[in-house]
Amino acid sequence: MDLSAINPILLIAALMSAATPILLAATGELVVERAGVLNLGVEGMMITGAICGFSIAVETGSPTTGFIAAAVGGAVLSLLFALLTQVTLANQVASGLALTLFGLGISSLLGQGYVGVKPPRMPDVNFGPLSEIPVIGPILFSHDPLLYVGLLLVAGVWAVLRFTRAGLVLRAVGENHDAAHALGYKVVRIRILAIMFGGALAGMGGAYISLIRVPQWTEGMTAGVGWIALALVVFASWKPWRVLLGAYLFGGITQLQLNLQGAGVAIPVEYLAMSPYVITIVVLVMLSADKSAAPGSLGRSFHASS
Amino acid sequence: MTPLLTLSGLTKTYPGVVANDDVSLSIAPGEVHALLGENGAGKSTLVKMIYGLVKPDQGGMQMNGAPFAPAEPRAARASGVGMVFQHFSLFDALSVAENIALGMENAPGMRILSQRIREVSDTYGLPLSPDRIVGDLSAGERQRVEIIRCLLQEPKLLIMDEPTSVLTPQEVEILFGTLRKLSADGTAILYISHKLEEIRALCDTATILRLGKVVGTCIPRETTARDIAEMMVGKVLSTPTRSGAALGEPVLKIERLSRPSPSAFGMPLREVTVTLRKGEVLGIGGVAGNGQDELLSALSGEMLSPPGMITFKGQDIGTLGPNARRRLGVLAAPEERLGHAAAPDMSLTENAMLTGADRENLVRGGFLDWPAARAFAVKIIEAFDVRTPGPGNAARALSGGNLQKFVIGREVMQRPEVLVVNQPTWGVDASAAAAIRQALLDLAEGGASVIVISQDLDELMEISDRFAALNEGRLSDPRPTAGLTVDQIGMMMGGAHGMEVAHV
Repeated sequence: MDLSAINPILLIAALMSAATPILLAATGELVVERAGVLNLGVEGMMITGAICGFSIAVETGSPTTGFIAAAVGGAVLSLLFALLTQVTLANQVASGLALTLFGLGISSLLGQGYVGVKPPRMPDVNFGPLSEIPVIGPILFSHDPLLYVGLLLVAGVWAVLRFTRAGLVLRAVGENHDAAHALGYKVVRIRILAIMFGGALAGMGGAYISLIRVPQWTEGMTAGVGWIALALVVFASWKPWRVLLGAYLFGGITQLQLNLQGAGVAIPVEYLAMSPYVITIVVLVMLSADKSAAPGSLGRSFHASS
Repeated sequence: MTPLLTLSGLTKTYPGVVANDDVSLSIAPGEVHALLGENGAGKSTLVKMIYGLVKPDQGGMQMNGAPFAPAEPRAARASGVGMVFQHFSLFDALSVAENIALGMENAPGMRILSQRIREVSDTYGLPLSPDRIVGDLSAGERQRVEIIRCLLQEPKLLIMDEPTSVLTPQEVEILFGTLRKLSADGTAILYISHKLEEIRALCDTATILRLGKVVGTCIPRETTARDIAEMMVGKVLSTPTRSGAALGEPVLKIERLSRPSPSAFGMPLREVTVTLRKGEVLGIGGVAGNGQDELLSALSGEMLSPPGMITFKGQDIGTLGPNARRRLGVLAAPEERLGHAAAPDMSLTENAMLTGADRENLVRGGFLDWPAARAFAVKIIEAFDVRTPGPGNAARALSGGNLQKFVIGREVMQRPEVLVVNQPTWGVDASAAAAIRQALLDLAEGGASVIVISQDLDELMEISDRFAALNEGRLSDPRPTAGLTVDQIGMMMGGAHGMEVAHV
């Protein structure tokens, strides 16, 4: 066993990258749930985004175009969910599960010709001399652009929800859709927009796995990250900064346990592999002990009757 | 003077029911116009049409002589129509200021808005802190949020649906002062209430609806409350009566009951001491949020208390839960109909089962006896004239008054020895309220003891033998109701003190 082989600087840099897919998907789902919609199709939208982003990036040679395509792909798939739950008033849990199954299926269909292909690399952001600073440079200034986009999105979602009228209306719709309707807000329209935002972010999160983390295409490669993102939103009490904390905690422990496995620690691999899940849940459960309830209308169908 | 708003021939039909049938009326600027009728008479539908929530099938509206057909509440608000809802359209998890911002077209920044909320609440004597979370406010405080939300928009027409049901007499006076001031400034007010004396004190004209039709108009000041009520109901009303039998031995003793409030912004109970005698109706008044909910949950068993504080016939029941107390005969009906007294999405049969299981023997060997529960529900529906197609209907589908008759009836029919009710007639029309009060009196007549917690003082004066007031979690000494003056009651409730924010 050789713990000195673990470089803490590289570990922290790697955990930020490992956390980004979860962070993107969870931030999107947080907005959806704050609007009162429970979309369990995150996994399906992520894998669809992963293949849309991968194939377009390969075809065009541009990872940026790939990410845009991933966002569009995720949003289009989420529109199906929006149609089912907001227009035809189908059950949200069943529709979300169906969306996941559908996304897994359609992604493997779309991805048939892309197995074993190498996607174009997305270059890291060039911060110039900043990345030369010891410790801080490699941790903060040596990542791909999407990682920073993810952080900005968390800050943006937090600020919009807290300080803007649009955010207030969105929370109001999620809190009590009947009262929001009585005040004249367009409940269904606001929810469809939120669902599409969540779909786009989930798609980008998926593409982050297929274009940057792994980078290749394999069927079912998101491997449950969408479900982790869903759980994270709940345990984070629907608060953006806690989503960030949870995602980094999860990413960090995932990286750490991989390093520990590599260093040959005398703990069975199974325990190491489960540790990110256990520790993330324990920490967030302790954090969510304060009184912060779910959005009041979460998961309930809205129909504007009298 | 040209009328501010004219309604002509408005008709609205829902499947199976005509909610409004050819309704016409007109309101002049500065007029205080009362809209009267029993539950289900079509008042709500009518004001929803004015507020743009419902579109009329036929007929039209004119505002200041120009056609007025608001497609949505936003348009109505833009035309100067403000509305205080009966079922508060508030967001529990948001703060007072956020709730108010949501109801405004051009909300200023939160800091300026909070400042304006403080100004308006000071001007109109409706104390309210902008930063509090609405979910922790009492019913009375929630209503202030709604009223202030409307007043901030300087409406030309203010629609008020049952605004005084949760206010003390002093607060009602202040509100009426506010409304008279608004009316003097030229704001028209459409005022819906069941309290006829208030309408006689406040309103210039009244339009009375029954079954969706206008059945009459009158000048309330020149008509007796009884005549108005009979126009509403369409039949002669009976006032609750009681024989005034002598009171029996003490049944329930509450001694120095002090409990912290389960809600973070609630009011703790402070050394509440009172003895309830057999056959007595004890009325407990007070401004909303002074410990009413806490007292009910301490007596019902939702909130447990240490030994020695609550004794029923010599047995300490403070440590027993609700079901154990029910078995002994101590029953309760809380204020909130949907979600506390009744499960909204469950049928009336299921709701009857929920509290009646023990005392009505609806459980046999661990299995639920649905036919018996259904028979019990039917018995309640018949005895209390609950208007519903049948016991299979969801509680949510009943109108407020009908559901209230059901939840009170459900407890009364279980032959309680002590019954505690909170706001038994809130939002209930005159004839249903009279029926509920009569049922409570009959219960006391039959030897049970009743505690009525209410903010309707007229009601308490009408039915209780003794009256006490809750103020900041303390209960005043109960006094016999007979001969009690409004001033004395005001003093018991805390006098001018009651005007301040209850929780500081």
